[in-house]
Amino acid sequence: MSYHVNEKGYYGDFGGAYIPEMLYPNVEELRSKYLEIIREPGFTAEFEALLRDYVGRPSPLFLAGRLSEKYGAAIYLKREDLNHTGAHKINNTIGQILVAERLGKKRIIAETGAGQHGVATATVCALKGLECVVYMGEVDIERQAPNVARMKMMGATVIPATSGSKTLKDATNEAMRDWINNPENTHYIIGSVVGPHPYPDMVARFQSVISEETRWQLKEKTGSESPDYVLACVGGGSNAAGMFYHFLDDPKAKLVAVEAAGKGVHSGESAATTALGKEGVLHGSRSILMQTEDGQVVEPYSISAGLDYPGIGPQHAHLFKVKRAEYVSATDDDAMRAGLLLARLEGIIPAIESAHALAHLDRMTFTGNETVVVCLSGRGDKDLATYMKFFGL
Amino acid sequence: MNRLNQLFDTKKEPILSIYFTAGYPELNATLDIAEALEKAGADFLEIGFPYSDPVADGPVIQESSQRALNNGMTLNVLFDQLKDLRKRVSIPVLLMGYVNPVLQYGVERFCAAAAEAGVDGVIVPDLPMYEYEELYRDCFGKHGLSNVFLVTPQTAEARIRKIDELTNGFIYLLSSSATTGKNLDVSVTTESYFSRIRDMELKNPAMIGFGISDHRSFQKAAQYTRGAIVGSAFVKILGASDYLANIPAFIRSIKEG
Repeated sequence: MSYHVNEKGYYGDFGGAYIPEMLYPNVEELRSKYLEIIREPGFTAEFEALLRDYVGRPSPLFLAGRLSEKYGAAIYLKREDLNHTGAHKINNTIGQILVAERLGKKRIIAETGAGQHGVATATVCALKGLECVVYMGEVDIERQAPNVARMKMMGATVIPATSGSKTLKDATNEAMRDWINNPENTHYIIGSVVGPHPYPDMVARFQSVISEETRWQLKEKTGSESPDYVLACVGGGSNAAGMFYHFLDDPKAKLVAVEAAGKGVHSGESAATTALGKEGVLHGSRSILMQTEDGQVVEPYSISAGLDYPGIGPQHAHLFKVKRAEYVSATDDDAMRAGLLLARLEGIIPAIESAHALAHLDRMTFTGNETVVVCLSGRGDKDLATYMKFFGL
Repeated sequence: MNRLNQLFDTKKEPILSIYFTAGYPELNATLDIAEALEKAGADFLEIGFPYSDPVADGPVIQESSQRALNNGMTLNVLFDQLKDLRKRVSIPVLLMGYVNPVLQYGVERFCAAAAEAGVDGVIVPDLPMYEYEELYRDCFGKHGLSNVFLVTPQTAEARIRKIDELTNGFIYLLSSSATTGKNLDVSVTTESYFSRIRDMELKNPAMIGFGISDHRSFQKAAQYTRGAIVGSAFVKILGASDYLANIPAFIRSIKEG
């Protein structure tokens, strides 16, 4: 079975490009050129050099000793939190800015939830001297003020999305509207493995460096490139897509995706898409999304702004449906406690998004011999105010 | 041949179509507005079924959609209201909206309900041509529904030909690549785009939409195509408390200036 996109832009039943005609020329231009562009030797060389010298890759694979001792398994953290700008998001924006340059685009737009993708986009735009406009939900602008300041400092214009829930979903709508109104000079850097084909595939390819490195790092450290478990959190699913990519065809590796259950999966305040969603179309692709019986998109909730999204990427919907990966969830409380635990045991403050993946360790049972890799997708600096408030620190 | 095809076959004057969102400003106003529009002289109607995330729409239609959803509008409610459509309205009616509510309702069930209500066609801007052709074309055809595709200034000629082949109704020409509710800016480029489409001699008639808000832009559109579609400018007047009473004057202002 193939877990990758087919020539029609589908992963099994999911994917495609459900877009209005106004977006067709832009998306089609990208679809017809992206593979050719990213396979050019010049592209690969520049991409790799920037990942090494600018982002700081390879990111370390760290054996978390005290955490391993607590859970009774060898737990490795893939340290995407140590990347420049503090999360995995930069892997994708570096790739896409190079694509945009080769397409001759002069203006970059992006949506952002927690602000990590917005910062990563503002960063590469500054690096390349391109105009940058970032759409961000009004609610997220308030809860992620430091990231808004970072974007502005690097010269980006941050435009608040004031419709709907005023979070990531609405920021994405606004970015799509901008692209419709700017059909020629603009490239839209989508931050997750969502959107119309070819975005889910393109973003997954740029993020796949995470699992590519993990395999050789594991081989060096353990003698085997195959772990027993690979864990990652999922909002739209970009760090998970990158973390899973080179393990998809490795039958030994059990893949676990952790969604945000908010105040409880069935509390009415949750973002646990696979548990609550149904098949449908959101933001240009057929996938699984949280929606009413009438097909209206339901406002999600999570304490973590980066997981506060009502859908998942189409590849995840496929991996869920064919059961190649297990989709579970962790509540706000579980994630916050897991974040604090990592800080206390390992001296690492994780992003609340990543803490959702860590929280699932509590529900797993180990015999003592397993190797587990957790994608530590981002650092928790941006979440300090939330941690302080939650724990009364 | 449905009412829509007949209209294009027989009408000599420029054709005016009006879009409005079902359930806005009041849940049960759908047929009152439709009837008032026909009496005022609209040639056909596009009734929007609201969606929570209308990416092709500007602020006016977004707001009307959200208000309609808050009022309780759903496809079930709309089809229930449309049971009396043909008792009150005789001009062609199309339904317009995004694909996800249609998928949840069921495409076959949606087409059957639309045909049953006396609807003549459907516009679903985010339903891709490929999926339409492979999966849904037969269903639309079986129920006698025209499916209308959009064309923008950036749509390539081969694709316009393909759209013309798949459509049985009219071609919806966007005045520019834009979300709804912007004003038509007729530049030399726009005129050359309209002429280019006219000179392609497509089998389907064309109508211009997006940015048509007054007599001047309506007249301009009618120089190149069979007529024009007014959406946001009409939805705006529904915000007033005596909106039904304002409809005749609005239609007159578009048609006659």
